[in-house]
Amino acid sequence: MSAILAVPILQVRGLRVEFAHPLGAVHAVDDVSFTLEANERLGLAGESGSGKSTMALAILRMIKPPGRIVGGRVTLDGVELSALDHEGMRRLRLAGIAMVPQGSMNSLNPVMRIKAQLADAFRDHGVQLSSADLDARIAELLSTVGLRAEVANLYPHELSGGMKQRACIAIAICLRPKVIIADEPTSALDVVVQRQVMETLARVQRALGCAIILVGHDMGLMAQFVDRLGVMYAGRLVEVAPIGEIITRPRHPYTQALISSLPSLEARGTMQGIPGLAPLLRDLPPGCAFHPRCARAEARCRAEKPAVRDLGPGQQAACHFA
Amino acid sequence: MTGPLLEARHVTKRYGAMTALSDLSMTIDAERPAITAVVGESGSGKTTLARIILGLTPPSAGTVFYRGQDMARLSGTQKRAFRRDVQAVFQDPYEVYNPFYRVDHVLTTPVKKFGLASSRAEARTMIEGALRAVGLRPEEILGRFPHQLSGGQRQRIMVARAVLMKPKLIVADEPVSMVDASLRATILGSLRKLTDEMGISIIYITHDLATAYQVSDNILVMYRACIAEAGEVERVVKHPQHPYTQLLISSIPKVSIARDWLDDEGEQKLAAIPSPDGCRFLERCPVAMARCAASLPPLYRTEAHRAAACYQYADSPELPAGTLNEVLVTGQEHVGA
Repeated sequence: MSAILAVPILQVRGLRVEFAHPLGAVHAVDDVSFTLEANERLGLAGESGSGKSTMALAILRMIKPPGRIVGGRVTLDGVELSALDHEGMRRLRLAGIAMVPQGSMNSLNPVMRIKAQLADAFRDHGVQLSSADLDARIAELLSTVGLRAEVANLYPHELSGGMKQRACIAIAICLRPKVIIADEPTSALDVVVQRQVMETLARVQRALGCAIILVGHDMGLMAQFVDRLGVMYAGRLVEVAPIGEIITRPRHPYTQALISSLPSLEARGTMQGIPGLAPLLRDLPPGCAFHPRCARAEARCRAEKPAVRDLGPGQQAACHFA
Repeated sequence: MTGPLLEARHVTKRYGAMTALSDLSMTIDAERPAITAVVGESGSGKTTLARIILGLTPPSAGTVFYRGQDMARLSGTQKRAFRRDVQAVFQDPYEVYNPFYRVDHVLTTPVKKFGLASSRAEARTMIEGALRAVGLRPEEILGRFPHQLSGGQRQRIMVARAVLMKPKLIVADEPVSMVDASLRATILGSLRKLTDEMGISIIYITHDLATAYQVSDNILVMYRACIAEAGEVERVVKHPQHPYTQLLISSIPKVSIARDWLDDEGEQKLAAIPSPDGCRFLERCPVAMARCAASLPPLYRTEAHRAAACYQYADSPELPAGTLNEVLVTGQEHVGA
């Protein structure tokens, strides 16, 4: 599917995000490193509160107070993002890295026609187009995401959920970004529309030759879409591996638990949860943050925080037993 | 008051030109407790159905009967009885709480309003019992504020609140769509226990066919305001008959090495515009025939415990309106099956 050219388009090194709290800072993203290659589809999975959406926002330098980025480097195609000034970063968003947000229904402006929202994106990034050229570009963008040209003149409430999400994809790709971050782009859609939207995203990726980071918690969707998967737990990336490895041989017990928590269509009454609750970030257990919920936990896990170790090509895990 | 707990007869709901629910008839018999899942995409009418059953939205046409009495004409006493018998659990476990009150508030209020307990001690015992019934430890819950609890805990408190009322029916509208996959099993498991151990019927509204399969006895598949297929869950999921159900099931992404889910080669299909007459699924249907464009197919009873609204099954007898209940199984029949 994707060309395995080891050219990192995006590099994240030691990224840390803290949220100020009266009882001490909370580490929402704790020393996360990964690379994204050109044309690659990388998934980021984890429960809510695991830090996956915060990390997506941190890459775009969109963390709002009381949160702040306290460490790490993000490099896009050789450009270090932390070195950019405010205006430079603003220009890079959408043009260099675009985001398809969660819940398209809430991210489109309800009182603007789709056409005007696309035109806004061009204008805001200094793309000067004549009215006829603009209409042509918009029609082309809409057709790329599987929407009819008439959709340009409609308001968001006139579109179905899947059409709105495709309109969001059209906005995301209008400046031909190198990376698209899609944050649970289909969580509000049913499976039929989900498949259509993901197919649209796959087509768009091929047309643009960009890389995709897909944030979500549906392991089925990850298995079918991404090339490599990162699993986050309590702000840390606890496992990264090619998707085939993750499915056949997950190295971290939490990854295993995430896979088994998916309800099956084979046998009724077999659905299992992950025991216990995700820990509070401001009150993490000592040692491995997953140990209170882990069936394999031993004394060492309660005392010593496992480091992220290389296990093979493109494969890492933070577990003493991996 | 006599008759089944609830009966919807030819119920239609329109919002302006849009039909949210089209001529639906169904019965809920309190003596035959079961979990019935209502599955469909957004806009299929499943939430409208829930709101009509809960008496929150009046139908545009047709009638809903509560124990034989028209819901629009209930007396004060009957309304109170209805408000005890039929309980709701909603999607968002955040919005239903007032952040300034301890979570105890949502549990003590119904006890007071309905005079369920004669003393504080009795109220406390009842509340603790209801919390335990949904798998929560009262000492970890009572006295806390909503923000101190997880989404899963908060949602289970809403189920406990429903249980307190000793209802006959709980309508749960997407109760787990906002909680993590890891917690869904626990919440759905506690719903299952209510049916099996306390004889409470549950209508489980969801867009997630996989959780519906895991927890339910019956499934109603809805598509654009109509029932496409109904029946015993195992039959519907393993051998779907309606082309929409078949499409739904084949669209679920599976955790497997085989990557056969995405079809991103070839021409991209444009989103279709639905036809006003005929089968609602027409423009997406791979087996559409001429008659499908002419009129809406009725539900055909294809098997003892199954009905499908598709002309492919026109040889089977039509399911008379209001007899959908006969197709569905009870929780107990299901255990035996």
